[in-house]
Order: sequence, then structure tokens, then C-alpha cells
Amino acid sequence: MNKIKCECGHVNPEGTVLCEACGKPVEKNQHIDGNEKNKLLNMRYDGSARRSQTYNKTIVDKTWNFFSSVKVGVWLIVLALVASAIGTIFPQEMYIPRSVDPSQYYRDEYGIFGQLYYELGFHNLYGSWWYILLIALIGVSLVICSIDRVVPLHRALKNQRPKRHEVFIQRQRLFGKTEKVSKDDIKTFIEQLRKKNYKISEDQGHVLAEKNRFSRWGPYVNHIGLIIILIGAILRFFPFMYVDEFVFVREGETKVIPGTNQQYYIENKDFILELYDPEEEEKFAEAIVQEGGMVPKNFQTNAVIYQVKGEVVPGAEPELEKMKEGEIRVNEPLKFNGYALYQSQYQLNEFKSMSFKLHPADNPDDAIGTFTFDMTDPKKEYDLGNGYRVVVDQYFPELKLENGVPSSESNYPRNPAFIFFVYGPDIEERETSFLAIGANIDPGEDNRYKLSLDGVEMRDVTGLAVQKDRTLPIFAAGAIIFMIGVVQGMYWQHRRIWIHPKEQGVWIAAHTNKNWHGLKRDIKSALDQTSINPPEDQQELS
Amino acid sequence: MDFYSISSNLLYTAFVIYFIATIFFGATIRSKEESGKSSRAAAVGITLTIIGFIAQLGYFIFRWIAAGHAPVSNLFEFTTFFGMMLVFAFIIIYFLYKLNILGLFALPVAMIIIGYASMFPQELSPLIPALKTHWLYIHVTTAGLGEAILAVSFAAGLIYLIKKVDQSKLNLKTFSLEFVLYMIFATLGFILVTLTFNAMDYEVAFEYRENGEETTTEYHLPAIVAPYDSTMITEDRFGPLFETPAWMEGKEAGRKLNTFIWSLLGGLVLHAFTMLLLRKRVAKALQPLLNKVNLDIVDEIMYRSVAIGFPVFTLGALIFAAIWAQVAWNRFWGWDPKEVWALVTWFFYAAFLHLRLSRGWHGEKSAWLAVIGFAIIMFNLIAVNLVLFGLHSYA
Ligand code: HEM
Repeated sequence: MNKIKCECGHVNPEGTVLCEACGKPVEKNQHIDGNEKNKLLNMRYDGSARRSQTYNKTIVDKTWNFFSSVKVGVWLIVLALVASAIGTIFPQEMYIPRSVDPSQYYRDEYGIFGQLYYELGFHNLYGSWWYILLIALIGVSLVICSIDRVVPLHRALKNQRPKRHEVFIQRQRLFGKTEKVSKDDIKTFIEQLRKKNYKISEDQGHVLAEKNRFSRWGPYVNHIGLIIILIGAILRFFPFMYVDEFVFVREGETKVIPGTNQQYYIENKDFILELYDPEEEEKFAEAIVQEGGMVPKNFQTNAVIYQVKGEVVPGAEPELEKMKEGEIRVNEPLKFNGYALYQSQYQLNEFKSMSFKLHPADNPDDAIGTFTFDMTDPKKEYDLGNGYRVVVDQYFPELKLENGVPSSESNYPRNPAFIFFVYGPDIEERETSFLAIGANIDPGEDNRYKLSLDGVEMRDVTGLAVQKDRTLPIFAAGAIIFMIGVVQGMYWQHRRIWIHPKEQGVWIAAHTNKNWHGLKRDIKSALDQTSINPPEDQQELS
Repeated sequence: MDFYSISSNLLYTAFVIYFIATIFFGATIRSKEESGKSSRAAAVGITLTIIGFIAQLGYFIFRWIAAGHAPVSNLFEFTTFFGMMLVFAFIIIYFLYKLNILGLFALPVAMIIIGYASMFPQELSPLIPALKTHWLYIHVTTAGLGEAILAVSFAAGLIYLIKKVDQSKLNLKTFSLEFVLYMIFATLGFILVTLTFNAMDYEVAFEYRENGEETTTEYHLPAIVAPYDSTMITEDRFGPLFETPAWMEGKEAGRKLNTFIWSLLGGLVLHAFTMLLLRKRVAKALQPLLNKVNLDIVDEIMYRSVAIGFPVFTLGALIFAAIWAQVAWNRFWGWDPKEVWALVTWFFYAAFLHLRLSRGWHGEKSAWLAVIGFAIIMFNLIAVNLVLFGLHSYA
């Protein structure tokens, strides 16, 4: 390495812009921070050498320099910003109805742009490889650029000598000369600064007053917080850290909880939906009426959690042991062993079973036999006795009629319909019956027998989200560290004031990393009782 | 008087006081003293601002008592709160920098926002289950405060641009700046048009299908654009001239689009009229008023308010929002449009701060960024609710 020796005797590493000890510009390196064109010195890291500005030969150097550039960082952030915004033009796949085919949905709902959106993969933008890559690149950039600068920052802050070169002093943004000054005035100035919590160091009459140095570390602390958050996001891809499942449980049903290795079961004892009653909540009456009278007040599942006793044997009926009983409401999950069950969806009045009776077509009161179709345990055939039997030809849990052709919208018995074949001793071959709620369909030619609905049993279904999330503490830690970092960097500023004695008078220069107004105010009020001229702002934007 | 009416009256009072305070800040332009020094007019202005703020705080507290929950749960309440926080942020920044001219820009912006909010239904509304948690209040109030502090940088940015942009010729810059002012006129247009037709009790109803259900919607403005595939069921009414396109999906998209078009037209008329009166572009007419303004201070306020607002915004709009979402929906992040736009805002101001690290982005460029940032905030505050749809749809 080519060390650079300054006239003050200090030996600086290669790439140094301002001598670490005295601040004198290193002649051949002024292009690095663009100082040669400006009257004022660029005080970034006090001109310490930065790897990215020093080497640019190998591929490693070039990659390093690429990612440590703030320009590149900003571009990545802007790209992520634009990409994120694009994802909100049309709803993401997770927000469209579950029952429809996305490829059709986007075309049907949003026309040609919707189709394009879908084909470009924007319907699942935030999970797309390129979006994840973009965020990952921001992460890489964060790490590299922080390392690139934390080293020079550390060097710069370690070498805070009170005695600085004249050029360094003159080329600060705040700089002022006073030709004649008394020792007492300087003393008062220093005392005042001390009162304002500046730390004073002195060397042969040269004084450095400095405050809030710690705030310079703010960006690095906040970047570390961001990196931790990104690590948390990566860990979510591993199931031992993160489970996110969903289960529908009908009233009275006991079901295995997905994502728990078959270890836990849940029973839905009751699902409750309460609405706001405009009579009771008078003050809200107007708003409730505007919403059509259906403003929900509470959704709740009364649930029991069971744990499997002993080993889980595949195929065998497990032995369950009651573990916990509780109510699940929105905002109030039921928690057990690291898992949490959240109230997420519901379906009111799903069919549990339907009873039918068979009777002669012209006499509904003369029942030949009855049977009950249980949605949870559907049979292919029902024997009605006396040689009569009913075969279920087709069962549509949620009937959809398209051009007169029946099909099912979903597997949930929300609007069941059936095609039955009836066989009997006095029926020649078989008779076909079509049955559906509400849909009045002609029983067919001239059936001798007719099937009629005899009764139904309904029940509610609750939709619960199952979650285990061990990454939460990582995100929380990242967020807290980020906040500490930004507050540290934004609400305090690193202020420095150099007092440079001259034969009769004194030069004063000052620098801060932000909030120049505050620094000027500090200096002005500290100089109040003295005859020293306040330093001038050498930079004017206008 | 019940709490609800006390609260409404206090809001009205606050509005009037802000108006008078603005006049006093306006008077400081004529005073001989340099900006940055306090004058008597400025002292009255800031005192009135504080009194107005206290009145509005009273509105907030009484409404809270009346509803039984913090009044930040619908578009009217949240937007009003945002206006209040903008005044609060202005007060803080004022005491840091004592820049009188800032009052002349920040207060009117706050008033327009409050006026805008008042056009939405103001009844107390009950909370749906997902909103019943303290994290909601914590999230919404902190996010609102953060956005308001960031918005101060918009006021500063506007001052910077009006003074700095060369008004001697018409080019992209002067046009863009005038367009920013036009958007303010459009908001005013919205308020005036709404008030006018409300006073006339104007009503026209349409019948159409929404999510497969027969729905009727009532417009309170004459229909320029009807809902998609609808029929007008009120007789003898103006229009409609055309229909909302099918892809505009949100709840009552037709009515909202109609209102939007009215606002733009109203703004156009107001803007044109103002220019006619002034005989020049509005920005050009304002420029001489800012003669004494020191751009360095304005630039610094622009940056400082972002520096102060960014952490508050992060805490409120991202971190507290995540906690709330975790509590309410068991997922702290769900890529809901409102969440995404909070992220977009955050990215934007992060980019702003990083650009400030280099000299070249101080001053005018950063003033444009401050304006764009505010546009993003307002988009998230208003348009996401009205245009895109998601869990947060208040309106
Ligand atoms: C979304 C991601 C990021 C956020 C939220 C963020 C946040 C911040 C904040 C708040 C500051 C302090 C700014 C100030 O004091 O004015 C900062 C400084 C900085 N950031 Fe970032 N940052 C992000 C990404 C990046 C990336 C990708 C790079 C890499 C090029 C980067 C490089 C820097 C540098 C060099 C500083 C200045 C450090 C100093 O003054 O010592 N940041 N960042």
C-alpha cells in the first residue's frame, strides 16, 4: 500500500482525502470527493480513505464499488418503490375470490390490461423471484455500503485532533475571522460551549468543541436493524420457524389442525355472530342504517383443543386428550404451545344433513320410506325397505346452473342439489329425480314416485387461521434496532467547532452533519458576551 | 348541548381561528423586519394558531367521549386528525425556525384538508371487530402525525419553488408548479361544489348491479358519469354524459368518479378565474411576496421536517401498523394496497434522505421531491381508499 505522509508528520493510508491528523487536503486525491471544484471541503467521513474510492481493479473491487455506491442504493430503492406500487393497480391473487381461475378473472374483470398484468406475473408480484431479488439486492447493498463506510467513519472519529491545518479551517462551511481578541473572550466562549454540553479538547491553544458524536453511528445502527429484518424474512421460508395454515371447522366437528404434524385437533362447539342492534346503540343508529343494518359486532368460535396421546400412528384413529377450551374472536386468538388460532372467516348456515321422503307422485302424505343424506358422511345408496332404494347419481354441494347444465361451484354444501335414481319392485327400470333448494325443476316425464324434502339441519362453519411464528422476535428486534438507529441519527447531530488561535486574533470554523441552523444558534448564543465575530455561512443556495 | 355538538362546534371554531391566524401571518410579509425575526403580527398569528389547535384538540376529545372510541375510524375523522397534526407539526417547526412565511402556506393547506374532510359523512360510526384494539388508535395517530410532519416539508418545498423557479417563461417547471397549485384549487373546487349542491339538496339515483346484487346509489352532484351499466331512476335530471368504465371496481366507483370529475372542473374554473383576476400565473403572482425569504432556511426546514417526520412515520405507519395487523389478522404484513403505499412512501423518503447525502440534491431538486412526497401521502390518504380497494377501505 502506498502510504501518504502529510507535512504534519502523520502517515495516512492510501486513498485519504484529508489528512487524518491535521485535515490538510491531500493534493492528489481531491478528485475523490470533488473538492477541487469547490471552495468548501466535502466533510464526508472527514476525508478518510474508503475502500470503494481507492481500488477499482479486480472483479471484487468492481462489485464492491457497485454495491457501496449510494447512487446504486437509491436506484434499487426507487425500483422497489415503483414495483411495489405496480402491485396495487389490480388486486393481488390472494385478494381475488378463491373459487375463480385467476387467468380468467383478470381478463374478465380488467380486460386487456388485466390479462397483461396476469401474464407478466404481476398478480403475484410480491412473491415473484425478481421482486425478492430486488429486495435481496437492497440487502446486499446495505451490508456492503455500511462496511465500506463504517471503517473510515471509525478512523475519522478516532482522530479528532483539536489542531487543524489552516486550509481545513478556512474551507469549512461555517468560518469566521476575528482580528483582535482577548484571552478572556475565548475563555468565555469555551465556557459557554461547555455549558451547552460540548466536550472540549485542547492542544497548544487550539480547541475542539464537540457534541453528540454518537449520532454519527445512527445510519449504521438502522441499517443493521434493516438487515436483521431481512434475515427474519428469509427465515420464514423454513417451516420450523413459520407455519401459516387455514382450516374450516363445522359446528360439532373435530378436525386435525393443519401444520401441527397431526399433533393437535380442534372441535368447534359453537360459532356465534352478533350484529350491532340500532335500537340498543342509539348513537350509531344512523350509520348502521346506512350500512343496511348489518354491521357485525362480534364473531366468535367456542373451541376445544385436543392433543394426541402418545405416538401419532398413521392411519390409526388417534386417542385425543382435551388440552384447552376457549373462545376465539377477532383480535383474540386462542394460543397453545406456540401455535395460535385466529378467527378469520365464517360461513353461516351450511347444510349438515337433508332428509327426504319417497311417496307416490299424487299423494305426498303416503310415505313409502325416508332417508337422511348427511353431508359429512355421504352414502352412494340408501335403502328404504320393502325393496325400494335410492341411489345418489350426482351430488352438487353448491349448485351452479349454466345453460341448464348443473355443476358445483365448490365442495361446500351451501346450496346442495342432487340427482337421485329411485329403484323399486313396481318401477320398471328406475326413475330419475332432480332435487335442489329453491330451484323448482320438473320431476321428469311421468314418474310414479316423487322424492320430497322432509327436513334439513343447518350449521355454521368457522374459518380459522393456524399460525406459528418464531420469526416474530427477529422482526421485533430488527424494528427496535432500526428505530433506535434512525432516532439516534436524526434527532441528534454531530456538531464540531474548531477554535484556531492566530497571533492577535482567532479563527473559528464549525461543522455539523445536519441542522446547521441549530449549530449556528449554539455558536451565536455562546458568543453573545464576547467580541468574537460569529462565523459566516460560506454556502448560499440561492 | 351534548358532547357531539360541542365537538362539532369546536371544530368549526378551530377552522375560523386558523383562518384569522393565516391573515396575521400574511401581514408579516409587509412588515419591514427580516423573516426569522418575530414581529407583532407573527406573535398574534402563532398565538392564534395555538388557540385554534387547542380548540381542535377539544373537538377530538369530545368526539372521543361521544363515540366511546378514538375518532380516527373513518375518512372524515382521520383526515381531520391529519389536518390537526399538520397544525401541530407547523407549531413545532415554527418554534424551531421562526419562519413566518411558513404559516402562510402550512395553515391554508391544513384548512383545506379539514374542509375536504368535512365533506364526508360525519356521523359517529360503530367499530367493526377488526378495529377494536388500542393498536388501531396508536397506529393511526402516530402515522397521521408522521405524515403531517413530512407534509411540512411540502409547505417549505412550495415556498422554495415559488421563489426559485424562474417565472419569466412558460416551461415544464413553471407548468408543473402551476399544476401543483391547481391541485389545491381542485380540492377547493371539490369543497365548493359539494357545499353548493348540498345546499340545493340535489339528488339523483341510479340502479345497477354490484357484486351480483341489485344496488341503488344516490349522487348529490349532477351526474356527469353514471355507474357502470346502470339506469337513472330519478326523473328530470341532468346527464349522465357517459358511464364509468367496467374495470373501476371499488364500492360506489361511479359516484366517486363523478365527484372527482366535478372537483377537477371546479378547480379549473377557480384557477382560471384567479389567473384572470391576477392577469398572470398564480405562482408568478405569489413570487414577489417571497422576496425577503431566505432560501437556505427554507431548504433546511424542508430537510429537517423530513428528518423529524421519517422516524415518526416509520414507527406509526409501518411498525405500529404491523403490530396492529398482527393482533387483528395474525399477519403483520399482508400486501394490502394501503400497506404497500405506506411502504412506497417510506421508500420514497428513504430515497430522499439518501439523495440529500450528495450536494447536488439540495435546494430546488429536493423541493420537487418534497412536493412529490406529499402527493404520495395524499394519494395514500385519499385515493387508495377511493380507487383501490382493500381491508382499510374506510370510505
Ligand atoms: C430501504 C432501505 C434503507 C433505509 C430505510 C435506509 C435508511 C437510512 C437512513 C435513515 C439514513 C440516515 C440519513 C440521514 O442521516 O440523513 C441512512 C444513511 C445512509 N444510508 Fe441508508 N437506508 C437504506 C438503504 C441503503 C442502501 C441500500 C444503501 C447503500 C448504498 C444505503 C447507504 C447509506 C449511507 C451511505 C448513509 C449515510 C451514512 C452516514 O452518513 O454515515 N442505505 N440510511
